[in-house]
Amino acid sequence: MHWLIIFFLFLAGCSGNTDQKSKVDLYTEQGILLLGNGTEPSGIDPHIVTGVPEHKILLALLEGLVIFNPQNNGVLPGVASEWMISEDGLTYTFIFNPEAKWTNGESVKPEHFVYSWKRILSPELGAQYADMLYVIKNAESFHKGQIKDFSMVGVSIFENKLVVTLENPTPYFLNILTHYSTWPVHPETVEKFGGMTSRNNKWTRVNNFIGNGPFKLDSWEINKSLKVSRNDFYWGNDLNKINGIEFLPIDNELTQDRLFRSGGIHLANTVPTEKIIRYREERPKELVEHNYFGTYYYRINTNKFPLNDVNFRKALSLSIDRDLIVKSILKGNQKVSYSFTPPDENSYNPNTKLEFNPVKAKLLFKQSGYDINNQPLEVLYNTSEGHQKIAQAIQEMWKKYLGLNVILTNVDWKVYLARETQGEFDISRAGWIGDYPDPFTFLDMMVTDRGNNKTGWSNAKYDEILNNAASKISTTKRYELYEEAEKILIDELPVIPLYTYTRTYLLSERVKNWQNNILDTNPYQFLSLE
Amino acid sequence: MIQLILKRLFTYIPVLLVVVIITFLMIHAAPGGPFDAERVASPEIIEKLNEAYNLDKPIHVQIYNYLFNAIQGDFGPSFKYPGRTVTELIMSGLPTTIELAIYSILFAIFLGVISGLVASLNPGKILDIVPMSISLLGICIPSIILGPVLVLIFGIWYEVLPVYGWGDNPGDKILPTITLGTAYAAIFARLTRGGMLEILGQDYIRTARAKGLSEIRIVIVHALRGGILPVISFLGPAIAGLLAGSFVVETIFQINGVGRFYVQAAFNRDYTMILGTSILFTFMTLTFVLISDIVASFLNPTLRDSGGLE
Repeated sequence: MHWLIIFFLFLAGCSGNTDQKSKVDLYTEQGILLLGNGTEPSGIDPHIVTGVPEHKILLALLEGLVIFNPQNNGVLPGVASEWMISEDGLTYTFIFNPEAKWTNGESVKPEHFVYSWKRILSPELGAQYADMLYVIKNAESFHKGQIKDFSMVGVSIFENKLVVTLENPTPYFLNILTHYSTWPVHPETVEKFGGMTSRNNKWTRVNNFIGNGPFKLDSWEINKSLKVSRNDFYWGNDLNKINGIEFLPIDNELTQDRLFRSGGIHLANTVPTEKIIRYREERPKELVEHNYFGTYYYRINTNKFPLNDVNFRKALSLSIDRDLIVKSILKGNQKVSYSFTPPDENSYNPNTKLEFNPVKAKLLFKQSGYDINNQPLEVLYNTSEGHQKIAQAIQEMWKKYLGLNVILTNVDWKVYLARETQGEFDISRAGWIGDYPDPFTFLDMMVTDRGNNKTGWSNAKYDEILNNAASKISTTKRYELYEEAEKILIDELPVIPLYTYTRTYLLSERVKNWQNNILDTNPYQFLSLE
Repeated sequence: MIQLILKRLFTYIPVLLVVVIITFLMIHAAPGGPFDAERVASPEIIEKLNEAYNLDKPIHVQIYNYLFNAIQGDFGPSFKYPGRTVTELIMSGLPTTIELAIYSILFAIFLGVISGLVASLNPGKILDIVPMSISLLGICIPSIILGPVLVLIFGIWYEVLPVYGWGDNPGDKILPTITLGTAYAAIFARLTRGGMLEILGQDYIRTARAKGLSEIRIVIVHALRGGILPVISFLGPAIAGLLAGSFVVETIFQINGVGRFYVQAAFNRDYTMILGTSILFTFMTLTFVLISDIVASFLNPTLRDSGGLE
């Protein structure tokens, strides 16, 4: 066997360094964060990308008018050092921080935001997140090509301040501004490398990229790593203790887990379900579990028989033992859902119920008059072991409590999406993560004919309540209306909420000032390494 | 000979054309498109995106446009990675994939030829039965199973080898190399054994033995040259197979090679990327088979005389 050993040694020699200190130790000394970041980012253009890995990177490279406050889900001054809101809640005036600079040393100006918002709202760019800005006056009409003149959109400059006029008073407008789709791009750079509406623009390349975030882009090797280092021109550098970040695209959760345990990364952004209990017992300080602003639910095609019958839908929901699913299958501290919007004890906490009551379920099922000998209904989900386990459990429950047969169908992600969008399903598993911390990000989805509704469900009263809520400045009043809408939704069940998501990941104890929050967002300039 | 090579190169055109057309039709027939996402974009946006990527044109026009650009070396922009071209993405991963294939083929030759030699010198004995049984296992176990098993043993149980990356940590090239090379090592072992047994029974070997030459000299100098011929003629298809099969290993070990794009592109419905990688692997397969045929016809006069390249 000696030749094998020689061969191994040869291969070992072909590889990198042989230092004994773990990578995390070495990088902590240098103030560099090593983050497991899921899949390879599809890009870093804030007006084109749509995913979580991309968001984590953009958080380092760009900064909006305000910064997400990781401690209370509110906002902190960003490019705008202060802002004024008109009494009717329709006009926001932002005063720019004179120290806010791009990585080339130029000041960030209101014009840059006007250019950036015009860019994302230009229909030619095909931005998938442009609707985040629909709260701005005429933004939707401009984006849909109904008006061509951008000066009609509620964004203007007055005495070196950015003035934004909204369609309706939108108390969560500042929260929306923490979303990367509203962040600025450097106009000259965008123009130089492809133009405002080109999707094949080269401005995001390493040597071209000009950002205004706490960090600047150093290198980007596809499927290997993306490195950023401190932006010397950043206005908040006095607070920033991190010298650099290396984002590693590792989509395999077992690989991330291995790498974390061997000291290869400070953060593994996911934990294999089967290892959660072991981590809880053996390394509880490194296992982070907290509520996440997302709901896992079953989407019902209400255009189809027998799912168009509300009693049938209620019977389905009443015969699901959510506690059992959460405790025996998920095991990740997820919370049973009682509403579609994830509740928050300190703000929106709807008083709705989703009970487990097989007797009542059976009664309603009988009332619906459905013959169990009919062709079985289908539960559609995208291929994943987790979705499968939940679907199998629910299949069992429906069989046991209602005598209902359902077949489970798993398909690949794109087939699943296509079938959902085209309405070619009976019941499908679904999940939704809020884009900003306001119930509207959930409830608006179920308004008649919204693209993400996909259930065919329509309720005029629900639509009217949400429409009314949009014009309310008072948060209390608005939440009351939201709760009213939530009750209609839970009463009619075009969606059957199952549980509220939990974020579960591994974080090295060397990372300090990390905040657990429902959007799972930690601006890196507030962190430190020890 | 040159005429024959040119003739073979000429056959590339129809083969690649058929591959492009079939791939094109298949990806368009598959449900789901590149812009389907959990957060549904409005029909207006989808329309603009289809326009931007020429997907609004009839399929035959799309194929024609694609071929017209591809001939000029432009394989289009990636749908999944806006701002990057398919050529650029492929070139970012190709060196790693080629390096992985080279190490794997070296590993396969090294292990396969030695095992085959040992087995051929001990026909019917334990030193024949054991390596040949193992090689049969090696052929049967696909890399999609072998990889995770090796990770479990060496990466998780014994924690002696890294399970991630390529060239980032000491020893991280070992497991991918073994995973990819094992099946070919097994085939090489059996080919070497078969070739050697045939040669060792030849008259000239008997003559060499009668002359009193040492066994080592007989095997290395006289027998191996002929016995290894089947291995050499299999090298071309083997390298092509390794390159094409590298996507499994790259996915298991998170290696930034071109094979991963092949898999991801299919899941993402990244049409241009699927086409680009399909063309690349077709081209490489054709080329390595051609090279292997050329080498074989040089080593084997019968083939050369009868125009074996055809």
